[in-house]
Amino acid sequence: MDAAALRLSLELAALTTVALLALGLPVAHWLAVSRWRAKFLVEAVVALPLVLPPTVLGFYLLHGLGPRSPLGRAWESVLGSPFPFSFEGLLVASILYSLPFAVQPFAAALSAVDPRLVEASHALGVSRLATFFRVSLPIARNGVVTGAVLAFAHTLGEFGVVLMVGGNVAGETRTLSIALYDHVEALEYGAANRTAALLLAISFAVLVLVHALQRRPLLRWNGR
Amino acid sequence: MERALTFDLERRFPGGPTVRARAELDLASARVTVLFGPSGSGKTTVLRALAGLDRPDAGSIRFGGETWFDSATRTFVTPQRRGIGLVFQEHALFPHLGVAGNLGYGLGRLPRAEREARIRDVAARLGITELLGRRTDALSGGEKQRVALARALAPRPRLLLLDEPLSALDAPTREALRGELRRTLEGSGIPAIVVTHDRAEALALGDRLVVLADGGVRQVGPVPEVFGAPADAAVARVVGTENVLRARLVRREEGLAAVRVGPFELIGLDPGGLEGEAFACFRAEEVLLEEAPGHDSSARNVLSGEVASRIEEGPLVRIAIDCAGVRVVALVTRASAHRLGLAPGKRVVALVKAPAVRLVPRGP
Repeated sequence: MDAAALRLSLELAALTTVALLALGLPVAHWLAVSRWRAKFLVEAVVALPLVLPPTVLGFYLLHGLGPRSPLGRAWESVLGSPFPFSFEGLLVASILYSLPFAVQPFAAALSAVDPRLVEASHALGVSRLATFFRVSLPIARNGVVTGAVLAFAHTLGEFGVVLMVGGNVAGETRTLSIALYDHVEALEYGAANRTAALLLAISFAVLVLVHALQRRPLLRWNGR
Repeated sequence: MERALTFDLERRFPGGPTVRARAELDLASARVTVLFGPSGSGKTTVLRALAGLDRPDAGSIRFGGETWFDSATRTFVTPQRRGIGLVFQEHALFPHLGVAGNLGYGLGRLPRAEREARIRDVAARLGITELLGRRTDALSGGEKQRVALARALAPRPRLLLLDEPLSALDAPTREALRGELRRTLEGSGIPAIVVTHDRAEALALGDRLVVLADGGVRQVGPVPEVFGAPADAAVARVVGTENVLRARLVRREEGLAAVRVGPFELIGLDPGGLEGEAFACFRAEEVLLEEAPGHDSSARNVLSGEVASRIEEGPLVRIAIDCAGVRVVALVTRASAHRLGLAPGKRVVALVKAPAVRLVPRGP
């Protein structure tokens, strides 16, 4: 039933979000502080999934990581199973597909941090890395939460990439959006209705959370 | 260890000016060094290079026996390892931390009890103990300035760097805080370098002046000396006030203050906060010269002496007068100088109206 699809969708979205926090924050920090002239190239690459049809991304991933490519063989020897139609493959595809949804809010929030605060921290003897965690990240907190929530929601709702890379393996790659497609194909409108309503409710709740966060001023750590 | 700061640096701005500044500053003899100059003169560039926030294109920076920067050997010590305290113009307090969090920010390596003792200690010294529990966005400009200074002092830096520390404040607060800042800097025992474009601030805070103009150091010396004897026309233009005389408050009367300058008594407007030592300042063009002995006049300040030097400056003549050891500079027209026969040795009386005399407090 849909419980497995729901669990899989949530698991995929959660892992993608965690991965994008780990990978996206350094990229966003670099985008925010770098004065490299060709920075726009990296920005364009990060934004690419916004305009690219998911099928194109899926196709290139299958092509580049499929069992016949050297990368795909390396994948298989490390993980034990081929890239297509696996949960791990789906995760990699989701990370790439949701990259701009995380990195763009991260970068916007981090570049809004007053550089003098960072310099003040350095002058007080605090390392660059510690300054990132003690000054930049807390101040950019709202943007980081927004990016994480958007990445989560976007992963939850993806369809094309999942279909291309993951196929429709129950318990492995059959997410909610694929389950919905299946129900409609099988003319099970009752089940389709429930799944659609569930996705709508989750997506709406997530967006309400994002907008509420953006209205709130900086989180106060030290009350009076 | 010899306490000296020497820098010789060059920084090129693409499509902009090039700053080339060098100076050797003995930090034991002067507590507070003021980098003084108009905007665009390169003083903030120098300060940022000293702090390690920017890397000059060429040159070197040495502090005591350490090399902080040397382009020849590719040495660069990060700001974290220079042991400096930095105060920004806009204070740059961490908005997500309270006052106590800001003060303790640079003390991460200390054990908790010691850190808290240090916070209390530095807060008490700056009179901000009652602010410790507050958030920073609820502070007034003057309070923010004190917190920023306390945060810089808390880790006990070896050198304090202050970038226009008072210019973000409104005029009355600035006046009130000048003397206090001078006392704090003096009491801290830490050599300080203050960047300012404000003449009154330079006079009130500095022991030594480094004058920057057009991207270079033009003159280095004790404050009254630089004001009284500018090395060249550029410095004279920058410092503006030729007469900066050491003074001591004698009494106050009806909004005026009387100060003693050498054997003379001068009257000026009481700026408030005057106590003990001060500088009496007036411009050379505000000095009237008469043949000695002078007539009765409405001018309150009368200094008699003899002409020490005469320098032609186009239609004007710059006359230096030695008044019993007090050096007064006057600017008169060529015709007046001719009529009075102003030449070295000539006895004259210098008159200055009280409103032209600006008194700058220097603390008790």
